Amino acid sequence: MKKAPAMLGPLTAAIHKSERARKIVKRPMLYLMLLPGIAYFIVFKYFPMWGLLMAFKNYQPYLGVWKSEWAGFTHFHRFFTEDTFWVLFKNTFLLAVYDIIIFFPLTIVLSLLLNEVVKQRVKNTIQSIIYIPHFLSWVVIVGVFHIFFASDGLVTDMITQASGTKIPFLTSPDWFRPLIVIQVIWKEIGWGTIIFLAALSGVNPQLYEAGRMDGANRWKLLWHITLPSIRSVIVILFILRLGNFLDTGFEQIFLMANALNREVADVFDTYVYRTGLTQGQFSYSAAVGLFKSAVGLILVLGANWTAKKLGEEGLY
Amino acid sequence: MQDKTMASRIFDISNYTFLLLFATATIMPFFYIISSSISSTAGFIPRDLTFEWYGFVFSNSAFLRSLSVSVLVTVAGTLVNLVLTCLMAFPLAKKELVFRKTIMMGVIFTMLFNGGMIPLYFVVRGAGMLDSIWSLILPTAISAFNLIIVKNFFQNLPEELEESAMIDGCKDLGILWRIIIPLSKPVLATFGLFYAVTHWNRYFDAILYINNSAKWPIQVMLRQIIILSEGGDGSDPELASLILHAQNIKMAVIIVATIPILLIYPFLQKHFAKGVLLGSVKG
Repeated sequence: MKKAPAMLGPLTAAIHKSERARKIVKRPMLYLMLLPGIAYFIVFKYFPMWGLLMAFKNYQPYLGVWKSEWAGFTHFHRFFTEDTFWVLFKNTFLLAVYDIIIFFPLTIVLSLLLNEVVKQRVKNTIQSIIYIPHFLSWVVIVGVFHIFFASDGLVTDMITQASGTKIPFLTSPDWFRPLIVIQVIWKEIGWGTIIFLAALSGVNPQLYEAGRMDGANRWKLLWHITLPSIRSVIVILFILRLGNFLDTGFEQIFLMANALNREVADVFDTYVYRTGLTQGQFSYSAAVGLFKSAVGLILVLGANWTAKKLGEEGLY
Repeated sequence: MQDKTMASRIFDISNYTFLLLFATATIMPFFYIISSSISSTAGFIPRDLTFEWYGFVFSNSAFLRSLSVSVLVTVAGTLVNLVLTCLMAFPLAKKELVFRKTIMMGVIFTMLFNGGMIPLYFVVRGAGMLDSIWSLILPTAISAFNLIIVKNFFQNLPEELEESAMIDGCKDLGILWRIIIPLSKPVLATFGLFYAVTHWNRYFDAILYINNSAKWPIQVMLRQIIILSEGGDGSDPELASLILHAQNIKMAVIIVATIPILLIYPFLQKHFAKGVLLGSVKG
């Protein structure tokens, strides 16, 4: 380093004392480059966390978060004692259960079927096609459903002719969950196979040869070699899915929800949006949001911990 | 190499048939929509070929405006994403960086816990970004997950290149621009495409932050036309006329909103397997 001018002596001495500061001064650009990113995380990630303070206050727009009076746990108390809590919990939970018992196993089955395709060109073509819906927006996916399942839509017409009764698919509470699951399958099942196919391609081919030598048929190879080989991938993805269950498809649910199916469509996020931004109960909705974030944190950490306990690599 | 028993052959045939049917079913709805968008009636096979619907859509000022908002948000948003991600990933990839651990922990924590919708809305409002397209760009400027993957990728580049550039008098910004970025082109292309698709497809932040229908992106427009079938508050006759028109207009609008994605799909496909697998590399 260059010698500092004499009058800066005490200052440079102090700087030299600190190993850290010296490193920073040596490559200032490196630290300047960090600033925009750090500013982003502080403003858009940590400010909102601080803003959660309003969940413990009675937020008044003209006073701001800090000056509004404290409310303690009133908002939480109200949320937990209202019936809505159980409705939201049940709706979120059921959608997650549908996802885990229908979508998840189907993804594995589809991966296994694709894995049995020997002709590479056929396999690639099928994959290219079934990945497409993943890249389309939820508005397009739900929009297509609105076209087919509207009261004058193609599917509705066909079913009306076949059964003689007209089903109001888009507004009927009974049809909300099935439609959500069908949409998820359509949009994401192809994409979901990628990770399983990667795991399947990693299975040692010698195992199959040895199995064949011992006279195993394809079914037995699948059962005794393929499935055990990808078991750990299945387990970890299953656990992580459980860990994220509060986040089940908000963007999709928001589009599918309407005044007539609210009893089954309302989940934590849609409730936060409605009470907070359309009804202006900011503190109350922030409390609901905080509850959701906190439970989400516990679930993700729990899932990660479980995965590690089972001898898998966690995500964090 | 496969066993050729009868059962095995039957399985193969039914498996191929099933998978081909499944793939067809996946894109079938789009055939119907494309065909209806160029016909005078709806159906799987185009009849009375007409481009009237596209003509109508493309001469509607409300629709064109939302298209331009989406293009702007996608291009500017992706640029902001890439620049900020690279700028932050480069120093974080340096083992000797002071406070590296602290900053990384700060980043990772945001993946686990967030303030949620309402406090973020207040931050965006407080920054005066309501009804501005910045509200669709800045709050999602960096994805923590992508940042970590890019950082890991930078970390695995050979250090010798950087050292020799330093000896040649290159400073940090020069190293990033002249050495790291050219070496990372495929990775950055992947992230650029993914960020772009995300920007094009997002709608909910616009519902939160954009009240003015003149600044709606295409997805919000689509929701309004197809899902809500509402023409806004009626102050915009052009917007209202999109809603009132025939079913085929909806088809044309869906196709217009989908085509940019299909155009870049071949590029996406080239990269995404790599991108997804990159995510599993830990460092």
